[in-house]
Amino acid sequence: MNLVTDVNQNNINSNGTERENKNIVYDTKDLNLWYGNTHALRNIDLPIYEREVTAIIGPSGCGKSTYLKTLNRMVELVPSVHTSGTIKYRGRDILDKSFKVEALRTSVGMVFQKPNPFPKSIYDNIAYGPKIHGIRNKKILDEIVEKSLRGAYIWDEVKDRLKDNAYSLSGGQQQRICIARCLAIEPDVILMDEPTSALDPKSTLKVEELIQELKKDYSIVIVTHNMQQAARISDRTAFFLNGEVVEYTDTDTLFSTPKDKRTEDYITGRFG
Amino acid sequence: MVAREQFESELALMKQKVIHLAEGAKQQLQDSVSALYQADTKFAGEVIEADKKLDKMDLDINETAILLIAKQQPVASDLRKLIVAIRLSTDLERMADNAKNIARSTTHLGDNHGMEIPKSLGDMRDVALRMIDLAILAYKQEDISLARELSELDDQIDTMYSNGLQSLLEETVTNPQKIQFIMQIAFCGRFIERFGDHLTNIAESIMYLVKGESLNLNE
Repeated sequence: MNLVTDVNQNNINSNGTERENKNIVYDTKDLNLWYGNTHALRNIDLPIYEREVTAIIGPSGCGKSTYLKTLNRMVELVPSVHTSGTIKYRGRDILDKSFKVEALRTSVGMVFQKPNPFPKSIYDNIAYGPKIHGIRNKKILDEIVEKSLRGAYIWDEVKDRLKDNAYSLSGGQQQRICIARCLAIEPDVILMDEPTSALDPKSTLKVEELIQELKKDYSIVIVTHNMQQAARISDRTAFFLNGEVVEYTDTDTLFSTPKDKRTEDYITGRFG
Repeated sequence: MVAREQFESELALMKQKVIHLAEGAKQQLQDSVSALYQADTKFAGEVIEADKKLDKMDLDINETAILLIAKQQPVASDLRKLIVAIRLSTDLERMADNAKNIARSTTHLGDNHGMEIPKSLGDMRDVALRMIDLAILAYKQEDISLARELSELDDQIDTMYSNGLQSLLEETVTNPQKIQFIMQIAFCGRFIERFGDHLTNIAESIMYLVKGESLNLNE
């Protein structure tokens, strides 16, 4: 993490999409992705800015989850995938063969639709990542566990039961444990794929408030089916349709006066 | 198939209600000024009574819009449609109040007062009626060029009002015994002038509905 970046040298890219004069974490240019013969992402051109919440919305099959999974190269787990174009993370192209995916994964955490804690104690769930990175000192691990759980606003709920199995927690708590586990490796970016779609309204609200807190220190990209959620928590929203970015602008504009008719139709529920 | 058919039809119904209220306000202006010219206090009383119905229509539009916002969580143009329905309804209700106030002046003046109502009030009314027809059309068709025309017509009413007021002031000098009558006529002029101002607000709301940005046509 914290690689020195030169991504802001060019404010306008080849497609003409304007780059704002802010630090860019991920800069995607002309990205195409195929699953075998299926063209899943088409000419994606998308800067993701530092310490903002970027929401990606769109109907099922529009490529939003695929795009999220390219950001940490998880999409490569599908054998038939091939890509063209560039995704620069902090100035370096992560699609370049020489780029080490391990380095990326320590800087980029991911939270999934369904809470997926390890079948271990709450403590071990959080300490897992740091241990893999070679931290053995019990005191340091204790500190990381507390800090991460506090960061995910769940410390007070679990501090007296750290030895309990994480499965004993509610769905909403489990999801915050997963976020805490993500924070334990001190990532630069957190990718979230429908992080609240399996949660009840109250837990959803807690996770949403947490996301608002987290953006002070992290850059967050969130894929969500819940448009109201995107409107509530994100700074910027990209609308994907059929593998393309139809519109990408600040969230206030996208949800009040979108430029593209297709965006308007989607956010007002006329299709999708 | 269009998604959200239920919501679409509720939006359409809401628009109908707003148009219905606008037609009601127009009728009230026509009737109140007629009652004034005819010095017909009975007719004026009917206008005052009819205003209650328009108040109810305004309430109904507001409640329906708020319920739709709560239940459908609209965004973008859908949200603007509902917000604008609320805004229009408020202006139309105030316009109807202005008509009611003209009817009240008629009541104050009483039957057979024997004075001649100046022609300028009728001229102002005619422009106001043209404005409300334009407003209804602009709203129906979401046509912002018509909305712009409204503010120009309002300027005409404003000029007519200040000219009319000047003549009335002169009249107070020559006929001080008519002061009660002149005051009521001046009020009526003011009520029609306010009626026009609300129509300018409506023009602004229609522009907001279509373009999604706020403009001030009163300046």
